[in-house]
Amino acid sequence: MPINAESGEFKPMIVAFCCNWCSYAGADLAGSSRLSYPADVKIIRVPCSCRVNPLFMLRAFQRGADGVIMCGCHPGDCHYTSGNYFARRRMALLFSMLEYLGIEKGRVRVEWVSAAEGQKFAITMNQFAETVAALGECKRLEDLRCQP
Amino acid sequence: MPAVKEIQEKMRARAGELLRDGGVSMALGWKRGEFCHDPEPAFFESEAELDNFVYDGFSSPLLSKYLIETIRKDKQKGEGKGSKFLVFLKPCDSYGLNLLLKEHRVERERVYAVGVGCPGMLDVDKIRAAGVKNMRSFDETETEVTIHASSGDKTLARRDILLEKCLVCKGPEFAVQDEVLAPGLPSFEGGDRFAGVTELESMSPEERFSFWRNELSRCIRCNACRNACPVCSCNKCVFDNPQSGVQAKSNADSFEENMFHIVRAFHVAGRCSDCGECSRVCPQKIPLHLLNRKFIKDINAFYGAFQAGADAEARAPLTNYEFGDVEPGAVVKRGGGA
Repeated sequence: MPINAESGEFKPMIVAFCCNWCSYAGADLAGSSRLSYPADVKIIRVPCSCRVNPLFMLRAFQRGADGVIMCGCHPGDCHYTSGNYFARRRMALLFSMLEYLGIEKGRVRVEWVSAAEGQKFAITMNQFAETVAALGECKRLEDLRCQP
Repeated sequence: MPAVKEIQEKMRARAGELLRDGGVSMALGWKRGEFCHDPEPAFFESEAELDNFVYDGFSSPLLSKYLIETIRKDKQKGEGKGSKFLVFLKPCDSYGLNLLLKEHRVERERVYAVGVGCPGMLDVDKIRAAGVKNMRSFDETETEVTIHASSGDKTLARRDILLEKCLVCKGPEFAVQDEVLAPGLPSFEGGDRFAGVTELESMSPEERFSFWRNELSRCIRCNACRNACPVCSCNKCVFDNPQSGVQAKSNADSFEENMFHIVRAFHVAGRCSDCGECSRVCPQKIPLHLLNRKFIKDINAFYGAFQAGADAEARAPLTNYEFGDVEPGAVVKRGGGA
């Protein structure tokens, strides 16, 4: 939704749900390593990727996100042993359902990023921002009441 | 092969017996509604009340869900401790009861489940579509239904006017029961229940989107789908939250329609027994089963075939995991489905 007033260039709004133990630290590492990733990525820290309710993803779209990405510990590395396994099943079903309803498939993504993978975090976010920018504004899951 | 009327009499007699001296304090069944084609769920507390008992081709409402409230009220009264409630189940209803038992919504020892053979339930819309107006009464056999209406008498083949769920019947077996009356009616199983889902999957995203906009925009948020569902039985529902941003019973925005239906279907994913009640009760004829079956199809494809409610011990797919589960990214790449 955010279209740059000066250049008219479309900048996607991206919401990233990052788990506290791996991906959030990974994002931190990306920052402290001075790796660049788009400033339009808004990180929301969650205790575990399993905390991400499918409704959170929909709400993000409702409030104007153009893409939503969930990052968590690699399978097997969950701080709570098994949270990301449950999250993985949930997201697989949700993504399949979103596509079934005709929402473009590039708008949602899951990536496993460990605390040591600052590089991967930056690359993932750059790629994802590019994909979403190519798709343009999210019209199919927008809520007109939430428009600025 | 007993006629449907005979089964009804058998059920009435058995319910009377159990109410009299079987330790059952109340029977859940159907009684005649306003029209001959809408029997409604009813509570019978005495033999005399059973005169209104109805079991015919329109006795499709699922009764098990009423057990939750019935038992809760009984407990509040504090009397009649340990009294049992009789509930009649068609084979497909038994999956719903099994889920309620599994999720501890209903206690097994409070329920006396009587399974009854089902001749296949009728769809009044299909009868109307066949040109019948003002239906007054009907006679049925396992193969034919004769309708007496102001538009004249008409005999229709049973298969042509069955509810959608009955065309893909799960078979005559009961997932849970204490006794079975009139088993072995022929069922109409064998249809491909995923045909509708597959057809939608083969469309382009644009076509799918407009298909679902067309369907979901009719939603009036009456919550009938939620209330009829045997697994939608949370004490506190996310949609009852005044802060949820869902405008109670009006649809303010297309997002709300999408969200309501995605979340409703997601909340029953892995627990939906595909009983078809949601689509049947929808006053706007939204094919909600197509959403549920998409999840069922995906679950079967990704995590192995699973029939919710068939086994009270099995773990639901979404409360379980395997190390080698499919990655969400792979699902997106291959375009969903299998």
